[in-house]
Amino acid sequence: MTVATSGTAILTFPTDEQILITREFDAPRHLVYRAFTEPELVRRWWHAKRGEMKSCEIDLRVGGKWRYVAVAFDGTEVAFHGEYLDIVLEERVVTTEVYEGLPEGVSEEDASTTNTATFTDAGDGRTTLTLLVQAPSKMARDAIVDSGMEAGLQDALDLLEETAGSLR
Amino acid sequence: MRSMARAATTADAFNAVAEPRRRQILDLLSGGERPVNDLVRALGVAQPQVSKHLRVLREVGAVDVRGDGRQRLYRLNGHALKPIHDWVKEYERSWSERFDQLDAVLEELKQEEEDDDSGN
Repeated sequence: MTVATSGTAILTFPTDEQILITREFDAPRHLVYRAFTEPELVRRWWHAKRGEMKSCEIDLRVGGKWRYVAVAFDGTEVAFHGEYLDIVLEERVVTTEVYEGLPEGVSEEDASTTNTATFTDAGDGRTTLTLLVQAPSKMARDAIVDSGMEAGLQDALDLLEETAGSLR
Repeated sequence: MRSMARAATTADAFNAVAEPRRRQILDLLSGGERPVNDLVRALGVAQPQVSKHLRVLREVGAVDVRGDGRQRLYRLNGHALKPIHDWVKEYERSWSERFDQLDAVLEELKQEEEDDDSGN
């Protein structure tokens, strides 16, 4: 069994407070940026094929807010929101992000992350996207992991099948 | 990224399982107990490298080791790590699925641009 064969996204943990996702796209930087920042385009990919997006609000300016709401095929709703902290056209977007269904006892402050999306030319009309998720502390990252587990439980059954056999 | 085995993160179970090479070791051990030499061969990397990763995995309780004659046999202790392992895979998978969708959107955008160029 190999891990992460479902795509070429690379997930790493550079520090105790960070999650880093890297992926290359066969499209020029300005298009990847558009697909990341225009609501009509974000709506088409952010649901990860697990449902559809009920709402996608983007006010792309520093201090502007964003909010994504996705509904899974089983009816489960997940919502995230945040604020734009820094925007460099076609290069970088920095936002805060909070999951709206945090487990009891976890404050928004503790679970809010700062996400930095960086768009870099990779040559041949290709673009490297890196997403750096920075939590305020290791504890916060673990809280995010906990909430992520809750959110992911709905469709984790087949995943469990995959892993349960291997991890005894 | 290669320096992830540094001291600050080695005691963290999360990092232990999130490092790609170490996940590979965990996957290899999921098939059963194996001696170090076996892992070195399967991974195709130098023994000191493998030993370093195994040490990290041992420190967080992800693997157990026992001596059998001159061999040291490693075995998965997946119970402690399973929730984290599941989460990492789930997180990775949901982003991979998003990016696959994004690929399709980008193909369309590229096509639109080409059509615009040829139309003008």
